[in-house]
Amino acid sequence: MAFVSTTREEVFEAREVTKVYHMGEVDVHALRGVDLQLYAGEFVVLLGPSGSGKSTLLNILGGLDVPTGGTIHYRGQTLTDFDDRALTQYRRRHVGFVFQFYNLIPSLTAEENVALITEISSNPMTPVEALALVDLEKRRTHFPAQLSGGEQQRVAIARAVAKRPDVLLCDEPTGALDVHTGILVLDAIQRINEELGTTTAVITHNAVISDMADRVIHVSDGKIVSTDSNDKKRRADELEW
Amino acid sequence: MLSSLDRKLLRDLRSHWGQAIAISLVIASGVATFVNSQTTLRSLESTRAAFYERYRFAEVFAGAKRAPDSLETRLAEIPGVARIETRIVEGVNVDVPGLDEPVLGQLISVPDTRRPLLNQLYLRRGRWLTPGSDDEVLASEKFADANHLRAGDKLSAVINGRLKELRVVGIVLSPEYVFQVKPGDIVPDAKHYGVMWMNEEALSLAFDMEGAFNDVSAELLRGANVDEVIFRMDELLDPYGGRGAYGRKDQISHMLLESDINGLKSTGLIAPTIFMAVAAFLFNVVLTRMLSLQREQIAALKAFGYNNWDVAWHFMKFVLLITLVGSVIGTLGGSLLAGFFTEMLARVYQYPELFIRVRWPLVALAISVAAGAAMLGAAGAIWRAVRVPPAEAMRPEPPANFKPTILERLGIGRALPNIARMVLRQVERQRFKTCVSVLAVGLSVGIIVVGQFMQDAIDYVLEMQYFRMQLYDIQVSTVEPLSTDVQYELASIPGVLQVEPMRSVPARVRFGSRYRRVAVQALPEDVSLLQLIDKHQATWQPPPSGLVVSKMLAESLRFEVGDVVRIEVLEGKRPTLELPVLALLDDLAGLNVYASLDDMNRLLREAPRASGAYLRVDKTKQQDIYRALKEIPAVAGVNVKDHALDSFREVVAKNLSSMKAINLTFAVIIALGVVYNGARIALSERSRELATLRVIGFTRREISAILLGELGLITMLALPLGMGIGWCFAYFLATFLAHEEAFRFPFVIERATYGLAVTVVLAASVLSALFVRRKLDHLDLIAVLKSRE
Repeated sequence: MAFVSTTREEVFEAREVTKVYHMGEVDVHALRGVDLQLYAGEFVVLLGPSGSGKSTLLNILGGLDVPTGGTIHYRGQTLTDFDDRALTQYRRRHVGFVFQFYNLIPSLTAEENVALITEISSNPMTPVEALALVDLEKRRTHFPAQLSGGEQQRVAIARAVAKRPDVLLCDEPTGALDVHTGILVLDAIQRINEELGTTTAVITHNAVISDMADRVIHVSDGKIVSTDSNDKKRRADELEW
Repeated sequence: MLSSLDRKLLRDLRSHWGQAIAISLVIASGVATFVNSQTTLRSLESTRAAFYERYRFAEVFAGAKRAPDSLETRLAEIPGVARIETRIVEGVNVDVPGLDEPVLGQLISVPDTRRPLLNQLYLRRGRWLTPGSDDEVLASEKFADANHLRAGDKLSAVINGRLKELRVVGIVLSPEYVFQVKPGDIVPDAKHYGVMWMNEEALSLAFDMEGAFNDVSAELLRGANVDEVIFRMDELLDPYGGRGAYGRKDQISHMLLESDINGLKSTGLIAPTIFMAVAAFLFNVVLTRMLSLQREQIAALKAFGYNNWDVAWHFMKFVLLITLVGSVIGTLGGSLLAGFFTEMLARVYQYPELFIRVRWPLVALAISVAAGAAMLGAAGAIWRAVRVPPAEAMRPEPPANFKPTILERLGIGRALPNIARMVLRQVERQRFKTCVSVLAVGLSVGIIVVGQFMQDAIDYVLEMQYFRMQLYDIQVSTVEPLSTDVQYELASIPGVLQVEPMRSVPARVRFGSRYRRVAVQALPEDVSLLQLIDKHQATWQPPPSGLVVSKMLAESLRFEVGDVVRIEVLEGKRPTLELPVLALLDDLAGLNVYASLDDMNRLLREAPRASGAYLRVDKTKQQDIYRALKEIPAVAGVNVKDHALDSFREVVAKNLSSMKAINLTFAVIIALGVVYNGARIALSERSRELATLRVIGFTRREISAILLGELGLITMLALPLGMGIGWCFAYFLATFLAHEEAFRFPFVIERATYGLAVTVVLAASVLSALFVRRKLDHLDLIAVLKSRE
C-alpha cells in the first residue's frame, strides 16, 4: 500500500516545535525545532534512543503536554491554542493512547476497562467488539491481575481504539514484553491501523518495528534527523528481534 | 551531626506534613483530654480532701427541734464518735439592700470564745466576729459576691419574727457549703441563698434557744461504723424532735461534689481512649502506604547491610516524632483545658483555692500511652514492610487483586457505572481499613451527638422542671407548720392569683433493712401548681391514701409499685406510718415522696397544717408581693421560680457552651484527621489510575468523582453509624453514668442534634476533600505513563 502522497489529508502539522523543561537550575531542551506532518491512515514509527525527545513529541501531539514554542495544527485547528479543558476534550474525542505499562484500572475487568471509554464517547464500538479486535473477547470478565502482560496490553489497545479515535499513539507498547507477546501486540495495532484506518504513531527504540511502518521518523537530540518512506512494509508476525 | 537516615526521616516528615499534622492533632487531643480529665479529677479530689481535713468537715450530721446542751456529753459518748459540736441553725428571710426579691438565709452559730471544733471556716476577707457582738455576721463568699457585699455592709433579717439589722464583718468559706445550693434546687442560686455565721450567744437569745441546740455534727474515730453512730444519735435526739441523722453521703454539698467526681471518674477516660485508638489507626494506614511507596528504598537499605531492626527503628522514629509533636501540643492544650475547667468549676464550687495544675507524672503517663498506641498502630505496617527479603522488595509489588463485589455477585450491581464499581471494589477490597475509617468518622459524629445531647437533656430538664412540673411562680415556706389558714393570708396579698398549701414532713422512708431520710411532700389532692409527671408523661394526683415516689428512691431502697413502705415521721408526734407505693415518678432531681395533704394531716393526727404554699402571681406586681411577703413574720423562705431558672441558665448554660465548643473541636479534629488522611492515601494509591484516566480523556471532575466517591461512601456509611454511636453513648451516659440521686440526666436527643453532628462532619469531610481535590489539578500525567508503580 504505497499511498503516501502530498494529496493525502494532513492530520497533524507541527512547525518549529520546541520544548524546554526547567529542571531546577538546568534547562533541558527536549525538542529543538521540530517540523512534522502526519497523514490520515498512515502508520508511522518514531525511532530514536532514550532521551531523544520522541516521547515529548508524542505527548505534545496527544495533548498531554504543551510546547514551549512553535505551533501544531490538528485537522485545521491550532492545538497549541487549546486550554486544559479543550485538550481534555480533544483527547477524549480523537486520541487513543497505549502506554508501555498498560495502565489498566486494576479494580475493573477487561470489559469494564474498555467500557470506561465507551461510556464517555459519542460513537464507540461495544466493549466486546473492541476486545474481539485484539482476540480477547473470551477473557472479558478477567481482572488485570488475572491477565498476562501481553493480554493486559491488548486490553489497553482495545480500550484505546474502542472510541474509534482518529489517531492512535503508542509509547513503547512492547517495551515491557517478550518477543512473542510483543508481536501479538504489534499485530493488533497493525490490524487496527488497516481495518479502521486509524492514523497510528508508535514510539520505539527497537529498529525492527520500523519494518511495519509506512514512514519511519528518526529522532535524535530533540530534532528529526531523517524521514524514510518504507516501500516494503512487513506484517508484524514476520518480525523478529 | 545527623545521620543520612535521620535526614531522610526529616524529609519524609516534610513531604507528609499535612498528614503528620492531622495525626499529631489527634494525638494532641488524646493527650490533652487525658491530662485534663486526670488532673482535674486528682485536683478535685485532693482539694476537697485537703479542705475537708484542714477545716474538719464533720462526718455525721443531725438536726433536732430543741435539745438541751446536757445532751452533748451523751452524744459525745456514742462509740465511734471522736468529737461533737452542737450548734443553732435557723432559716431566715434576709433583706439585702437594693434587692427587692427576698433572700433565703441560713444562720449558723459559732462559739463566741473559740473557733468551731468542726466545720471550721476559712476567712477570705474581713475579720472574725467580735465575741459578744449580737449583730455581726460572716457571709459565705458566693452569696457576698453575687450581691456585691463587702465587709462593713449591712443587711437585715427577720429573726424569730423581729426584723434585725446585721453587719457583715467577714467573708468566709466552709467545707459544708463548697457547693452551696438551696434545698430543693439543682443548681446554686448564690444571689438568693446565703449562708451566714453568727455568735452563738446572740443567736440563741434571738431564737430562744439558751441552753439548747438544734443541730449537731460529729467527727468519727477511724474505722467507726457510720450507720451505728447514726442509729444511736437518732435514739438520743428522737425525744427532742430529732430530724434524723445522716452521713456525708447525704450531705447535699458533699453529694453534689461526689457526683461530679464520679462523673469524671467514669467518663474521663472515654475521650482519650477514642483519640488514642484513632491515632493508632491513622498511623497504621499512613505507614502502610508510605512503606509500600518506599519498598525499593527499604530493599536497598537492607541490601547495603541495614538489618530489619535498623530499618524498623528508622520508621518508628518517624512515628515517635509525630507523637512527640502531638504530645507537646496536647500538653499545652491540656493545661488550657484545665484552665477552662477551673473556670467552670469555680462558677459553682467554693474552695479557698481551686487551681488545677498540670501534674507532670500524669503528662508523662499520657505521653507514654500515646507513644504506646502510636507504636502499636505502626508496628504491624512496619513489620510487614521490613521483613520482605531485599530481592523480593526490589521487584514491584504484584498488581492488586480485585473481585466483583458482593453486590455484583448478587447480580444487583449490573446497572452500576464503571466508576461506581471502581469505588465499591476498592472499598470492599480494603475491608478492614474501610470499616475502621467508617468507625472513626462515625465516632466523630457520635462525639458531637453526645456533646449536643447534654444540651438537649438540659433543655428538657428546664422544660420539665420549670414549665411542666413547677407551675407556680413563688414557693413560700414557713418557720414551722402552721394552720392551713396561712393560705388565706397569702391569697389576700394584692397580685397573688392562686395559692395552694403544702406541707413538707421530714421522715425516714424504710423498706426492709434499707432507709433514706427524705422530706415527704404533702400536697392537696387537686394540686395544680405542682405537677407530678411520670416517665410516660402522665400526670398523677397526690393519692388519698398512699405515696407517689421518685423511681430513683425506689431503686435505692429496692421497692416497687404496690409495696408498702414505712414512713417514720421526724416531727410532731413522730408516728410511724405504713403506706403503699402507688406510682413511681421518673423525675429528674432529688429523692421525692409525695402524699395527699389531707391524708398526711389525718395520719399525723394534727389539725390541717401547712409548712408552705405555692403561689401563682401577677408578674407585674411581683415587687409589691416580695415586699408584702417580707412583712409576714411566719414566712421563713421565699423561692422565686424565675430566679432558680435564671441561675440554672447562668451556671449550666455557661459551662455547657464551653463543653460544647471543646467537644466540637475534638470531633472536627477526628473527622479531619481520618478523612484527610484517607483522602491523601487514596490519592497516592490512585494517582496512577487517575492520571491514566485523565490521559485518555476524563475530565478533572470525572476523576474527582472516583477519588472522592470513596470518601463520600465512607462518610455516608459513617453518618448513620455515628448517629447510632452517639445514641448509645448518650444512652449509657444517661442510664449508667450520670444517674445520680441529686440529678439525673434524661435521655433525650433532639433531631437538630443529629443534624448538627452530620453537618459538622460533612463539612469537615468536604474540607478534606477540597484539600485533596486541589492536588488532583497537579497530577503529573506524563510521569505516570513512564513509571511503573
